[in-house]
Amino acid sequence: MQVHIMFFGQLTDITGTPNLILHDIPDTKTLQETLNELYPALANTKYAIAMNNKTIQCNSILSGDTTIALLPPFSGG
Amino acid sequence: MSKLAEKERYQRQISLKELGESGQQKLKNSKVLVVGAGGLGCPALLYMAGAGIGRIGIVDFDLVSLSNLHRQVLFSVHDIGFSKSLRAADILGQMNPEIEIEVFNQKLDNSNALEILAGFDIILDGTDNFASRYLINDACVLLNKTLVYGAISRFEGQLAVFNKASASTEIPANYRDLFPLPPADDEVLNCEEAGVIGVLPGIIGTMMANETIKLITGIGEPLLNRLLTYNSLNNQFFEMDLVVMPGTTKMIPENVDAFKAFNYNWFCNINSNFELKHEDFERIMNEQDIQIVDVREQGEELLIDDFKHIHIPLSHLKVQIPDIDAQTIVLICQSGKRSSSAAEILSKHYGKSRKIYSLKDGIAGWQKNK
Repeated sequence: MQVHIMFFGQLTDITGTPNLILHDIPDTKTLQETLNELYPALANTKYAIAMNNKTIQCNSILSGDTTIALLPPFSGG
Repeated sequence: MSKLAEKERYQRQISLKELGESGQQKLKNSKVLVVGAGGLGCPALLYMAGAGIGRIGIVDFDLVSLSNLHRQVLFSVHDIGFSKSLRAADILGQMNPEIEIEVFNQKLDNSNALEILAGFDIILDGTDNFASRYLINDACVLLNKTLVYGAISRFEGQLAVFNKASASTEIPANYRDLFPLPPADDEVLNCEEAGVIGVLPGIIGTMMANETIKLITGIGEPLLNRLLTYNSLNNQFFEMDLVVMPGTTKMIPENVDAFKAFNYNWFCNINSNFELKHEDFERIMNEQDIQIVDVREQGEELLIDDFKHIHIPLSHLKVQIPDIDAQTIVLICQSGKRSSSAAEILSKHYGKSRKIYSLKDGIAGWQKNK
């Protein structure tokens, strides 16, 4: 099972990449913990999470190949 | 305008069968408010005025500066130092004298937002800070107004239509369903610090106008309960459905009184402890032991010759704290937001050894009230 993670905006400053593939992650909470270990600065950053193009706010089970988008707020105008 | 001239002005869009004369009439009867006549607001205003939206409101208290011109396409060098909202109204009036333009040359806050928004059908958020974005969102929820949202950061933009139910979604999503809480003050850089390419707000602002025209005329599929992101570097669009979260309604002030009592600056981590009122600034500005520091970025500042000051951009100040001997330090920027961040940084460094202030509403607010 593959999880394709997309990073938007200034999150890519932290991750250094707009895309990341991880395998065998059971749920979004574990995914966030894994990402925080890989990129510690993510832990202190606010972002919205979309799973397969739908926003989520609580822990969700990842089953089958999944796309996760992490989207920070933009304030510029 | 005579019926004939009207038909001629709008002929190219009336001839679209989806729009037609009935669509043009809907545009003429509509009332749209644009908050922020900046990078997003300028192109949105141009196209909405061109399309013949009957009544357009413009809220902005800032002044045009040279560093605005690469993206705020309404303005020219002749407008520098003048009010954005007044100049925008004048320029749009020359382009289309048949529409009504209402100017709100003031800062939108929770004391005036409900009264201003109430007179319009659709609100466009083209502001540049989170306090305004949460304030506008909450006001739109309270008043049940459709909110066309656009925001940018460097090469990426976000676009959505909030607070408007579609046929398939009974409950409309709003900004807080996406971002329930604002980020920390230093987490997200604004355009001045992060930089922005002028074309990007041009694209997103134009798309905001397009969504508005679709909403009014009932054509196409506006981004109801959906968020679109655009990356100008690789031309990728990414769309997501906004799921309404059960907890969000509780976060929004439940009535007018609660809204007016809600401190959006505090909520968005803007510290008002250091705030210096205009009359106090004028009282102390010529004192002996005072240092006034302009923290705007290089090249962005309008020359100020009303008082002595030095220039240390916030981006420098974040890296290295300068030695300032004066007992009183007054920090100034364009709108008062960055000077507030600077005050917080200096206060951590100097502790109680200095009196540190941030000029309320920035240079723009002070020059307006002068």
